Amino acid sequence: MIVLVTGASGFLGRAVAAELVAAGHQVRTLQRRPSGVHGVTDVLGSVTDVSLVARAVDGVDGVVHLAAKVSLAGDPREFHTVNVGGTRLLIDAAERAGATRFVQVSSPSVAHAGSALSGVGAEPADPENAHGDYARTKAEGELLALARDSASLHVVAVRPHLVWGPGDTQLVERIVDRARRGRLPLLDGGTALIDSTYVDNAATGIVAALHRADTAHGNAYVITNGEPRPVGDLLAGICLAAGVTPPRWSVPAGLARAAGSAIERVWAIRPGSDEPPMTRFLAEQLSTAHWFDQRATRRDLDWTPTVSLDEGLRRLAAHYREA
Amino acid sequence: MVTEGASLPPSGLPGLDPRFSRILRVPGRGVDAGLSREWHHLDTGDELASRGIATAGTILAVHGNPTWSYLWRGVASESLRAAESGRPAWRVVAVDQLDMGFSERTGVHRPLHQRVSDLAAFTEALALDGPVVTLGHDWGGVVSLGWAVDHAASLAGVMLLNTAIHHPEGVPIPAPLRLAGARGVLAASTVGTTAFLDTTLALATPSLDRDVADAYRAPYRTAERRRAIGGFVADIPVDARHESFGELDRIAGAVARLDVPALMLWGPNDPIFSDRYLDDLADRLPQADVHRFEGASHLVAEDRPYADAVLTWLEDNGERLSGLDPSSPRAAASARRTSTGSPDGPPFVPLWRGLDERREDDSVAVVDMAPRGKSEPRRVSWRQLDDRVRKLAAGLHRMGVRKGQRVSLLVQPGPTLTAVVYACLRIGAVVVVADAGLGVKGLTRAVRGAWPDVVIGEALGLTAARTLGWPGLRISTARLPRVAAVALGVECSLADVIELGTGAPVPAPPGPGDEAAILFTSGSTGPAKGVVYRHGQLSALRDVLAAHFDVTSETGLVTGFAPFALLGPALGTRSVTPNMDVSAPRTLTASAVAAAVRESDARIVFLSPAAILNVVATADALTTTDRAALTHVRTFLSTGAPIGEQLLASAAALMPNATPHTPYGMTECLLVTDVTLDGVRAAAAAPDRGVCVGTPIGSNRVLVAALDADGRPTAAPSDEAGVLGELVVSAPHLKDHYDRLWLTDRAAENGTPSGNRGAAAGERWHRTGDVGHLDADGRVWVEGRLPHVIVTADGPVAPVGAEQDVEGVEGVRRAAVVGVGPHGLRQAVAVVETVPPTSRPGLATPELTAAVRASTALPLVAVLAVPQLPTDIRHNSKIDRSRVSTWAESTLAGGKTSAP
Repeated sequence: MIVLVTGASGFLGRAVAAELVAAGHQVRTLQRRPSGVHGVTDVLGSVTDVSLVARAVDGVDGVVHLAAKVSLAGDPREFHTVNVGGTRLLIDAAERAGATRFVQVSSPSVAHAGSALSGVGAEPADPENAHGDYARTKAEGELLALARDSASLHVVAVRPHLVWGPGDTQLVERIVDRARRGRLPLLDGGTALIDSTYVDNAATGIVAALHRADTAHGNAYVITNGEPRPVGDLLAGICLAAGVTPPRWSVPAGLARAAGSAIERVWAIRPGSDEPPMTRFLAEQLSTAHWFDQRATRRDLDWTPTVSLDEGLRRLAAHYREA
Repeated sequence: MVTEGASLPPSGLPGLDPRFSRILRVPGRGVDAGLSREWHHLDTGDELASRGIATAGTILAVHGNPTWSYLWRGVASESLRAAESGRPAWRVVAVDQLDMGFSERTGVHRPLHQRVSDLAAFTEALALDGPVVTLGHDWGGVVSLGWAVDHAASLAGVMLLNTAIHHPEGVPIPAPLRLAGARGVLAASTVGTTAFLDTTLALATPSLDRDVADAYRAPYRTAERRRAIGGFVADIPVDARHESFGELDRIAGAVARLDVPALMLWGPNDPIFSDRYLDDLADRLPQADVHRFEGASHLVAEDRPYADAVLTWLEDNGERLSGLDPSSPRAAASARRTSTGSPDGPPFVPLWRGLDERREDDSVAVVDMAPRGKSEPRRVSWRQLDDRVRKLAAGLHRMGVRKGQRVSLLVQPGPTLTAVVYACLRIGAVVVVADAGLGVKGLTRAVRGAWPDVVIGEALGLTAARTLGWPGLRISTARLPRVAAVALGVECSLADVIELGTGAPVPAPPGPGDEAAILFTSGSTGPAKGVVYRHGQLSALRDVLAAHFDVTSETGLVTGFAPFALLGPALGTRSVTPNMDVSAPRTLTASAVAAAVRESDARIVFLSPAAILNVVATADALTTTDRAALTHVRTFLSTGAPIGEQLLASAAALMPNATPHTPYGMTECLLVTDVTLDGVRAAAAAPDRGVCVGTPIGSNRVLVAALDADGRPTAAPSDEAGVLGELVVSAPHLKDHYDRLWLTDRAAENGTPSGNRGAAAGERWHRTGDVGHLDADGRVWVEGRLPHVIVTADGPVAPVGAEQDVEGVEGVRRAAVVGVGPHGLRQAVAVVETVPPTSRPGLATPELTAAVRASTALPLVAVLAVPQLPTDIRHNSKIDRSRVSTWAESTLAGGKTSAP
């Protein structure tokens, strides 16, 4: 089929576009910068540009919507414009263009109000209780997309959790960079059990959602490796793969959350060029359990991860050795 | 005096189906003669009829003070649901007694006999006929029994929740009621304010939801409407002069002649209707099924799923209740007690036969290597022991101790305990053996639950009995100074009992069906349970022990491990308690074992793993003579908890001519299987997971009830090899039942051949709560406890196999593998003690984590290291996996890490 991928210049978007090409689909992409993916047609621009979006969806069968403002801080209006407005615009255009499948790539944080999550499924998105502008606007975007699910346009939401892998500049690079500078503590001893997703698995999971949209539509699914680990183990694994010393010191999570809140307030007044070193959202993510029930995901999407955590870490290590 | 007709309850009371509410005008009797009264009541009859369901009978439910028929909303709704789903249909009629709930306020004083005839008038007006099973709580229990004894023709059974039918003379009534009954306080607390009502509702454990508590208060909003609450309290017959004493006495007497099935569901934490009254009722209705819900209180109907228990019991007893089975429940209960064992089995040889046979023998029977305050061992000959047992037996009997009464023993193992135990057995008094291994709280719960008639103890035990308010007549082992005796509430000493028994006749002995002893489970999975053995079962234990380990009069026995320490005289062989603190097996040294063996020239040594650990650790102190003495030991047993091959081998090295055995069993069946050290070594080569405990002893049988995907042992027990499931056992010396735990008994037998009534005559089966499997050679492998099974998305996993893998990793001393996360989606976590021990709990090092993960095929989401894993008190070796699991759950949820 003909598939449009938005946000294909990002770490996960690139992997999804490549996976779709490998699966034999005709792939078009939409984002500001060239995707760099072999075998796709890039349309360059913003998902908030009405005429450009209309052109991008013309003639497609399916849409995989990854483009989003992903950040821990920034102007709240901008989050809304991209993550809510962009989604609405794209789904309107897709419907008009006669597309039959729409995969909304979301995040487990849309249903997370800060307490520990152990073995939960994909609860409904909850913008009112989501923490931070990113999670709130992604929650609104997901609700909006799922509300548009219909007999003619099958909408599925997927929420890959904590995607990492070689070439990841968001999570892995930040961890490694901070660890290298000795600025990466564990929170509360790093015992919080968290799920994560190796990038290849996230990509195959999203493609599976597109393939299964005819039966799985109307639902949201969390996608993970299904191998929860204490956050300290995961950070240590990533650091060791990158050849840096894993964090050994621990700070109380309560302190980190308080510091994160304070920093967020300062950043709101005087935005820096870098991301803030700690936010309340990040402190929560690194100090409370987040692991998920994968049974419905695997059954409904007829999908299982192909790269284990250990294999993923080996590939990450190989990547750093080459670099 | 204000009077007011009956009314319907307001709508929307939680759990109360308004379709059941009815008002019936009833012609009065007694003080109401010539009048008629309006009764509010719940009745499910019309609902059943409208569905075309024929009923098996009626449950006539009577509330107490200060509740109303709202108390029975659960049984009303659930019985209707059960009937709809095709289970036996029982109509529920639950009254509001006059002046209570939403029934008429009559303004007339209604003592007990009036209330009993009120209820009779009501059922007559309702045209209620049989079969009727009464159900009563609190003072409603008495009223319901009053109805029961007056309606023999329609009565099919009686069911009671916390109530009392008789109050012993000379014992003050419970303090809260004394206070409420005191003049002045009475009117103020019961009528003028809602204090009595509030106090009663506050007894619910856990506390009631606010809207439920409000529903209980709904009919009692004003002082006028509460008047009868005061009337009820004033109607408690504190002594024989009270106007209701005669009626209560009439009912109490008649209840003791009721020959219908009976059920009692009890909340033992009730400050008013305590175990004292349960004990009294159980004596009056020996055929009753009794279940004490540990932790529940007065409002047991709110605290526990009583309705389910009631419906289950009605279903279980369907044939008797419907009259299809006309046999007498009372006779059946008594036949069970007087049975002479299984017809084809060997003839019953009582436990004291060994003593009888050697009564003229002056050789040593029992030795205590370290009697308190003495440096020399205390030796008692067969003649002396037999003499002491007879005198104690006769003395206890002269003091009024009778067959079936319970005697709690708080005495350290040794000749005194041995003599007292055999004296009790000889007269049919039931020995209650609660040990310090339960901890003070567990011990208190156990002793109160068993409700002993007599406590025999050393000063320490009696101090505990006094301060913790344990029941029973107190006898001290030593003569106490008068002041101390008075302070401890001690009636007399054992020396007094012996004096009393000198020259007195010993009464007729009990039979094999009489209850003999109550032992307690370790309580590692919930509150300790009393396990009842009958004489025939204890004799069978003696016989299987003698046959399997080849015990003869000449073998001799060294053991500090109760209850085996007590079996020496029954086996007809001398027994020695080594120098140790028996309540702390860790205090036993190798030299002490050698000294005991030398003293008695014993061929058999029985120890617990905790004791063995210290014996091995102190082996360096053994002298050449010690070592020479130990070469005479032929058989060496480790019992009570699992033991590792290495430790067993180290202990065996000290006794080079002994065959080491490690039998497997539990409080409910002390010997199930046995394996020797060679057997353990042979099993090591097998691919099986778990601990190999060998093959069944004697005629014992072991089957496996396979676990389903949800981790429940739902399959029919089978002997198929390689299937993981709950171990289900049968043995001639299996326990008879749990004490006053009818539901637990039922669960322990449910789905087994005897639970399905598919067992051969006399065969009894028991679910052990252990999980494991059988192998092709018939060996039994234990893989953990049922509640510790980890139900993952891929199915159930037993912990022991993975624990063994992990314990093989260098740097790991001990491991627990537990689950975290929701049932059915649990993830396995290894929690380890390291060498050297870690100083604070947290993630294991990345190196150890990797090694532990690599050691086992079970996916482990985390490896946590702790300074020490929590273990049980009794054996100090069984890891409390439930506690570890809860700890791991909270640690891995994030947040500050504390010690498990």
